[in-house]
Amino acid sequence: MSAVLQNLVNQPYKHGFVTDIESDVAPKGLSEDTIRMISAKKNEPEWLLEFRLKAYQQWLKMTEPTWPNVKYPKIDFQAISYYAAPKQKPKLKSMDEVDPELLRTFEKLGVPMHERAVLAGVAVDVIFDSVSVATTYKHKLAEVGIIFGSFSEAVHEHPELVKKYLGTVVPVGDNYYAALNSAVFTDGSFCFIPKGVKCPMDLSTYFRINTQESGQFERTLIIAEEGASVSYLEGCTAPRFDTNQLHAAVVELIALDNADIKYSTVQNWYAGDENGIGGIFNFVTKRGLAKGVNSRISWTQVETGSAITWKYPSVVLQGENSVGEFYSVAVTNHHQQADTGTKMIHLGKNTRSTIVSKGISAGHSNNSYRGLVKIAPTAAGARNYSQCDSMLIGDQSGAHTFPYIQVRNNSAKVEHEASTSKIGEDQLFYFAQRGIDAEAAVSMIINGFCKDVFQQLPLEFAVEASNLLSFKLEGSIG
Amino acid sequence: MIYPGSKTILEVRGLCASVSGTEILKGLDLTVKSGEVHAIMGPNGSGKSTFSKVLAGHSAYQVTAGSVLLEGKNLLDLPPEERARAGVFLAFQYPIEIPGVANSQFLRLTYNTVQTQRGKEELDPLEFDDFVREKMKLLEMSPDFLDRSVNEGFSGGEKKRNEILQMALLEPRLAILDETDSGLDIDALRIVSQGVNKLANKDNAMVLVTHYQRLLNYIVPDFVHVMDDGRIVKTGGKELALELEARGYDWVGAKHRGAAPKVVAKVAA
Repeated sequence: MSAVLQNLVNQPYKHGFVTDIESDVAPKGLSEDTIRMISAKKNEPEWLLEFRLKAYQQWLKMTEPTWPNVKYPKIDFQAISYYAAPKQKPKLKSMDEVDPELLRTFEKLGVPMHERAVLAGVAVDVIFDSVSVATTYKHKLAEVGIIFGSFSEAVHEHPELVKKYLGTVVPVGDNYYAALNSAVFTDGSFCFIPKGVKCPMDLSTYFRINTQESGQFERTLIIAEEGASVSYLEGCTAPRFDTNQLHAAVVELIALDNADIKYSTVQNWYAGDENGIGGIFNFVTKRGLAKGVNSRISWTQVETGSAITWKYPSVVLQGENSVGEFYSVAVTNHHQQADTGTKMIHLGKNTRSTIVSKGISAGHSNNSYRGLVKIAPTAAGARNYSQCDSMLIGDQSGAHTFPYIQVRNNSAKVEHEASTSKIGEDQLFYFAQRGIDAEAAVSMIINGFCKDVFQQLPLEFAVEASNLLSFKLEGSIG
Repeated sequence: MIYPGSKTILEVRGLCASVSGTEILKGLDLTVKSGEVHAIMGPNGSGKSTFSKVLAGHSAYQVTAGSVLLEGKNLLDLPPEERARAGVFLAFQYPIEIPGVANSQFLRLTYNTVQTQRGKEELDPLEFDDFVREKMKLLEMSPDFLDRSVNEGFSGGEKKRNEILQMALLEPRLAILDETDSGLDIDALRIVSQGVNKLANKDNAMVLVTHYQRLLNYIVPDFVHVMDDGRIVKTGGKELALELEARGYDWVGAKHRGAAPKVVAKVAA
């Protein structure tokens, strides 16, 4: 790689600072006692403790998955602290009571915690380490019957809803990290859109890991009742540490008849340094259940951070005519590894799914798309279209595609397209010969490559994603 | 056309260049004055395409000796984008494809980048649209070119027209057309050539790099140079091209190579 390319890719991570805030951190280690401690700290009902303990028992019997195309040293689950929270007053009456240091942290990250702030029109739930520290626009949303706030609050205020839906899309024993999450999750976002309500604003959760030795295990549950619709955004950052932190989240989405859920993520966890030291292990289970007829679940993700990303936002298409979508841009640089993709499980008749995946690999990184399209015998007339494109920058990076297709119904139609391209000297020379420097050239090539995905994002997110990518790959080309 | 007293646009002296350690250009001399059209011909491997890439500043080629001046300015000191902004244009033999980027977007970026560097006003998307549509008429291009991704799925002829369109937008001092005739059918060749002819004026200069005399029926050169083994070995008027067409390149090359014996060593496998 030429020097220009090098400089372009090797920009420092700008969210890498640590907030100096007094935290309540649990001792390291995982046992039944840890789980009872978390449950007690959160003053949880008995059924939730049982849910956790059941998950823990399952987890003990499971082994870490080895099939992903990623390499990392064995995680010592006893060396992690499973609870970390900023010390603060037990109950906040208004945003003014939030620790000013926290407010400053999120201001620095561009996340508005004041409702009058820049991103007016987006309701934000802010998760700092293990707990939700603030939710904006809560009351305004409540006027139309929308419940939006921290998971812990929902457990106390709407236990019947949480109990009814928790674990119904991702069962406690679904996979190793989902089981771990189910046992130790600390907080997250809860969102309920009642029948017939179109959510008047985008809802958003911002996740921040601050403590060096804690993991983040959050749980998100979104329910859209009949005819409801919501657009949900998720952003994440973490400080620069030379150790790895584990982030094992579970997100469950449920869409009833004619409901529509759009879930967008811009993931920018700390990715480790140029030698691959440090960074977040992002092992996440995200799944939506398109339960009702004509329901629609759409995942859009822009994955730029994390040392390792292991996630497959999926849709179970149960309702007739339901629609599942997955639009993804995954960018890896330096020594990052990403094994990401989706699963589209077609159960209902005439269900349709679309997969558009764009992988960009620079430096010494490895980027894999892994996807499953499954058409059950019941899914007559089901259709899937998949497109997986990879782009390589420089000559040290790798791109891999692992598509799995299982069709058990003859009337189904499944299409898969794939391509690989490379940004090299010749592309950049072409731009240079037209007066365009390498930075502008890379930005244009990448944005063109990702266009199909970016246009799925809400506008302000699309701009952020595009900037993030240019920033991320600055110096990688030349 | 040769204009009396016109100024020198390009002056190349003793240019030597290599790619990954292999010397390709071995002391090339060339002077191009404004208003002139030069054709560089020669067999495969004679260094024609290397010469055009070296002029444009491709990083794969190392200049080991000699000098290149553009209007008196040392071109070799400049990175490729600055050469382009200074007025060097290369029409590529194989233009690259840029999926997802609309041609209009790319054309406007290149136009505005170069305009800004020359201290001129940028055009906003609407103004640019009018401007580029006018230029496209020159090349008989349909407006849907603007919405398609840059060169993606273009036929050979469409790609070459798109190159000449960029030349029309950037108004270079020195345009180098690298094998622009390759892969063109007769109609496309005519359209591209007419476009080039309309763009040629007394203030700019053209260097056509080509294998065949065919292109020169449409774009009539003032000078024809024959390259062999990294040097220009013969220069003449347009009639030289016809002679080359009739007799091939061997007679020129052989004379230049002089007494050097042709030894072909074959090792039995």
